[in-house]
Amino acid sequence: MTGTLETIIRGLGNGSVYALLALGFVIIYKATRVISFAQPALMLAGAVAVSYLAPVTGFYLGALLAALLIAAVALGIERVAIRPMVGRPVFVVAIITLGIDVVVRVVVNSLIGRDVRQVGDPWGFDLVALGPLVVQQRWLAMMAAAAALVTLLFAFFRHSKYGLAMRAAAYDQETALAQGVSVSAVFAVSWALAGFLAAVAGMFVGTGQGIEQTTWIVALKALPAIIVGGLDSLGGAVAGGLVIGVVESLFQSYQGAYLPWLGQNFAIVSPYVVMLVVLLVRPYGLFGTREVERV
Amino acid sequence: MSGTRAGGPSAAPAIPTGRSRRVRGRPLLHTSYAQDMALLDTRAKRVSAAALVLLALALSAVLTDPALEVLAAAYVLAIGAIGLNIVTGYAGQVSLGHAFFVAIGAYTAAALSGPPGGDTLGYGITEIWVWLPAAGLAAAAAGVLVAPLATRLRGLYLAIVTLGLVFLGEHVFKEWQELTGGVGVGREAAVPTLLGVRLDQDGAFGTREQQLYLLMLVLLVVFAVAARNLARSRVGRAFAAIRDRDIAAAVIGVPLTRYKVLAFGVSSFYAGCAGALLFTLSGYVEPGSFNLLLSVQFIAMVLIGGVATVSGAIAGALFLSLLQPLTRALPALVPVISGDTTQTPNVFQVETVLYGLLIVLFLIFEPRGLFGLWIRVRNYWKSWPFSY
Repeated sequence: MTGTLETIIRGLGNGSVYALLALGFVIIYKATRVISFAQPALMLAGAVAVSYLAPVTGFYLGALLAALLIAAVALGIERVAIRPMVGRPVFVVAIITLGIDVVVRVVVNSLIGRDVRQVGDPWGFDLVALGPLVVQQRWLAMMAAAAALVTLLFAFFRHSKYGLAMRAAAYDQETALAQGVSVSAVFAVSWALAGFLAAVAGMFVGTGQGIEQTTWIVALKALPAIIVGGLDSLGGAVAGGLVIGVVESLFQSYQGAYLPWLGQNFAIVSPYVVMLVVLLVRPYGLFGTREVERV
Repeated sequence: MSGTRAGGPSAAPAIPTGRSRRVRGRPLLHTSYAQDMALLDTRAKRVSAAALVLLALALSAVLTDPALEVLAAAYVLAIGAIGLNIVTGYAGQVSLGHAFFVAIGAYTAAALSGPPGGDTLGYGITEIWVWLPAAGLAAAAAGVLVAPLATRLRGLYLAIVTLGLVFLGEHVFKEWQELTGGVGVGREAAVPTLLGVRLDQDGAFGTREQQLYLLMLVLLVVFAVAARNLARSRVGRAFAAIRDRDIAAAVIGVPLTRYKVLAFGVSSFYAGCAGALLFTLSGYVEPGSFNLLLSVQFIAMVLIGGVATVSGAIAGALFLSLLQPLTRALPALVPVISGDTTQTPNVFQVETVLYGLLIVLFLIFEPRGLFGLWIRVRNYWKSWPFSY
């Protein structure tokens, strides 16, 4: 029983990282109707930035600076490559982000080099006892950070002027424009927020095991999360991320014993199986809005 | 085309048919539907297409063997790109899962032609006219199985699901060691034998590379003509209607589900054939090669070449395939770029960056791709010297 609970806590820890990434995807999607395939590169860039800044400034300040830096990078990408494409089919813009991902990742990979880079986090693989449970500190740190960021974000969207503008633009761009909302500023802020979240997520992905060139694959697990939650639902992104994290963790612990025929490392692809199952039942995800077409 | 007019009473003889009414010197003046729908509707197109095919044939005698091998691979990739263009370009269903179907084709062919009783599955049927259609059909079957998801989903949901397919496929192929040999080990690819003649060994028709080059060229022409024919038929028009506005298409009586399934099936057939052929060149398949990058490469070929054009898909495949040998030549010209992978910047990084940049730049500045560039050049010279 304690084993299962520990597995679930690990899943919730990883799941909160997926939730942060998924939130980035959903924020961009809600503003621009585009899925940004550049998120994996931004995540990796964030982790690399932390790994270079942490020895100089200390971990926490380094993480904050790195997240701000990546937010600025995302802002630049939006201005240079995405803004000229306003009004073009979303598929085309999505493929542009794919191209950007490839380019950014080459640059970041050359900064990583061949070996694993440590991000210099204070947690490592250290354990902590929670009553009868023994779990790694980093899972708890991930959960705490994600909870704090999600609360802040939701408060921002709910109560601030800019959050209201973003919700208005997501709901109906033309009407929002007519009410004086600067939709281009909304696009920019969305990308910056997504870059910030991706960088924080990247830093957490790098805790303990460090980062290497193949780490970007982790960010793609946020895609099943947003599909499970529904592409246009912020709450769904968080729920989807947690579900994906827990399912993956359960498969990691128990699939070898109970379902060995699925092969080694099935846990890595289990998010995609969850995604397919959910889509067969609910094509718009658990919390997504059903698309209504008028003829 | 004839079917649309056969039934009605208005199928009057007043509508001229055939090519007899072509007006000399006015290639764009069409006097019949048949002319309008023709595969190559102007004399210039017929001549240039024939000239290009002849040139490609002649290249097999002129170029060196390594160059021929690069071109042969480009032709195979072009077949795959044409396939992706059918589903993504013509029918508008975004698929990031092309690598999955390529893998199914590659392994079907490899298993059919592999030696029986070896480490990996094999049935010893090396005749190409058996394993090539079989590979295509196996991939098409997989495409049809996936299609029900596609009919329920639209746009980027579909893109993400097909992306998931690539990851699942990669996992299955890595684990299924009887079929694939496993990660890092791999297995021998399909053996191309045509009526008892092994084309992957030096033989009567020239060296190994010359024979394979000619094989790929012939197959590319066959697949390209088939795709052009599909695109100008009733099916092709249905695809275009679905791409442009699926609800409007449904309203005018295009059965969405049937045509989406068909688009996935045909596209996967092309992918399967491309997969079967691609690895005959190196003679070796490794399950790690069917990753997201391969899908992205196919997308890049279609986008850089020109969406919803067969010639564009071929141009894109040639362009991206030739990019690799060109960047390999860079260290000699630009000393800053190193040929060594441990240095920065090296050719592999330059190549990957070029990939990404080309996709971005083409989409921003010339969304019609290489095909669009060609159209611009053509239009400039059409009205020369008054082109302004």
